[in-house]
Amino acid sequence: MTAPALLEVENLRIDLVGEETRHAAVEGVSFRIGKGETFGLVGESGCGKSITALSIMGLLRHPLAIGGGAIRLEGKEIQSLPPGQIRRLRGRKIAMIFQEPMTALNPLSPVGRQIAEMFVLHQGASWSEANAKAVEALRQVRVPSPERRVKDFPHQLSGGMRQRVMIAIALACGPDLLVADEPTTALDVTVQAEIVDLMRELCAANGTAILMISHDLGLVANICRRVAVMYAGRVVEEQAADEVFRHPRHPYTRGLVASLPLLGSRAAHGRRKLAEIAGTVPAIAAYPKGCRFNPRCGLATEICRVEDPAATPLPGDGLVRCHHHD
Amino acid sequence: MTDLSMTETEPSRAAAAPLLALDDLAVHYAVTGRMGTGRRMLKAVDGIDLDVKPGECLGLVGESGCGKSTLALAIMGLVPPTRGHIRIAGQDIGAKDRPDRKLMARTVQMVFQDPYASLNPRQTVRRTLADPLRLHGVTDRAEIEGRVADMLARVGLRPEHADRYPHEFSGGQRQRIGIARALILKPRLVICDEPVSALDVSIRAQIINLLLELKDELGLSYIMISHDLGVVEHMSDRVAVMYLGRIVERGGWREIFENPRHPYTRALIAAIPDPFRQHAATARDKAKGEIASALNPPSGCHFHPRCPMKQDRCTVDVPTLDPVTAGHGDIGHWAACHYADRVGAA
Repeated sequence: MTAPALLEVENLRIDLVGEETRHAAVEGVSFRIGKGETFGLVGESGCGKSITALSIMGLLRHPLAIGGGAIRLEGKEIQSLPPGQIRRLRGRKIAMIFQEPMTALNPLSPVGRQIAEMFVLHQGASWSEANAKAVEALRQVRVPSPERRVKDFPHQLSGGMRQRVMIAIALACGPDLLVADEPTTALDVTVQAEIVDLMRELCAANGTAILMISHDLGLVANICRRVAVMYAGRVVEEQAADEVFRHPRHPYTRGLVASLPLLGSRAAHGRRKLAEIAGTVPAIAAYPKGCRFNPRCGLATEICRVEDPAATPLPGDGLVRCHHHD
Repeated sequence: MTDLSMTETEPSRAAAAPLLALDDLAVHYAVTGRMGTGRRMLKAVDGIDLDVKPGECLGLVGESGCGKSTLALAIMGLVPPTRGHIRIAGQDIGAKDRPDRKLMARTVQMVFQDPYASLNPRQTVRRTLADPLRLHGVTDRAEIEGRVADMLARVGLRPEHADRYPHEFSGGQRQRIGIARALILKPRLVICDEPVSALDVSIRAQIINLLLELKDELGLSYIMISHDLGVVEHMSDRVAVMYLGRIVERGGWREIFENPRHPYTRALIAAIPDPFRQHAATARDKAKGEIASALNPPSGCHFHPRCPMKQDRCTVDVPTLDPVTAGHGDIGHWAACHYADRVGAA
């Protein structure tokens, strides 16, 4: 890619700060997202994907703090901007939607007002203009009878409708990047499909890039062009989305893909025992030495227990962090 | 991946009497409106016929609010039926009957979704497993010890784990404890309510494999409640799909997933993000909107406001659950759709 990336995360480290300790919860994480690109960050709970997203938004709070590296938006470093300046970026340039829209929305304010606020704060619109725009924004996310719905409070809406409101707020000012942290995990499957389609459509129409964060490899592979897989605070693999599924290169990703009971595989191949990944995800304070996956890895040898594997480039702009990736 | 002894259970037990039979089961709740006015009936489960045979895994699929949890509670004997009957373990439980709790507990048990919330944090694993035995009349200490140790080994925990508390375990291990607790009384039917959805992705396969092994070893029957169709397809012999208190389709797992005949089943399948595109259903099968409230269900076919195939008739007539294919032994394939013969036609 020759054009400067929209978002560039380079060698990011996020520390979990204790009274006398500092543990790296995220370490050496690098990725780039181009304009209008869809990028997925996949991993299990505790792997550091959500705090990576929060650090991009400038929303990390004690005991988490950026411990090194750089986050650049259109080439400009944003990780050390003062709070006032980063607040001006949020909503205008980068926006975020969360897993549980009920806790992310203000329960005491009608949803129309919460959308209108965006236009007042970021575009200097008057409240009456902003209210009219809020109706339009709700219509755009396909909330039925938006003129009436703007007056509803969050508790009067269903989970799917609330997530639509969140999307309307996030996209109100036409941001360049939408960070979506497990946006459909709290929703039913048929509603999930609708929300995902909506997000994808609106972002494609406005040229908004998506950073999608999820534990659901299938969902991410469906939406995103590229996917990075995180394990224990590190990106262990990054590839084009189909490749991650078809030719996973890291033993962890391979294990994950093999462990999924994919719909249709029983009909095609009969019922086979699902591949298991032994052990459990390590805690931040107890990340193992060497490769962090080594205690759970079938391929682990002496070097894996001692030396942290470097990122090996893969064809097609990917990378894998494993001593035995071939 | 290895091929292994988890044999496909095919319809060879045609003669086996069902372990559980639901006959027109309905559970309605009275709901009072705001300020205590206007009592309305919430028909959480509304006329369900279903059975589970010995050694069978029945998958139960549906979105939140479809009534699958109420159905589970009714089968456990924890809410009384409003109408219809539950036949299990020689009991016939109708609206006026009080089930024998102890007999029920020895027959049906449940594995819950959240292994963090469903274990008593103040009890050691030993106590969690031994208390039900004592309650059910096992007094010999050596026998209790033996059965607890045996159960721990079966679910893949070590003997020393018996003296630990739930907080000392990971999510996957806790779910193993939850399974051990469900099995300690040697029940015949286990209701698994989303047993892996609260677990880390890399742990889920362990629990699914364990549940299938235990089913074969102990000859258990399962009702597997899950929204993850991949898990349901992997584990089930038969599948029932619920929508707003009714069963809209049921049949062998292969029929349901390869040739779904209710538009809602197709919508569920079409909604699964599938990187390999192996589905029978396609994008045009997707449902619109969201599940309606069970307090105020749509007329006619409950699914009609969301159905991509809706006709005028669907808003008026309630479809009955009818066979869609002839043959297929006692498994059959049933769908509650006026146009089931057209669903899936190209």
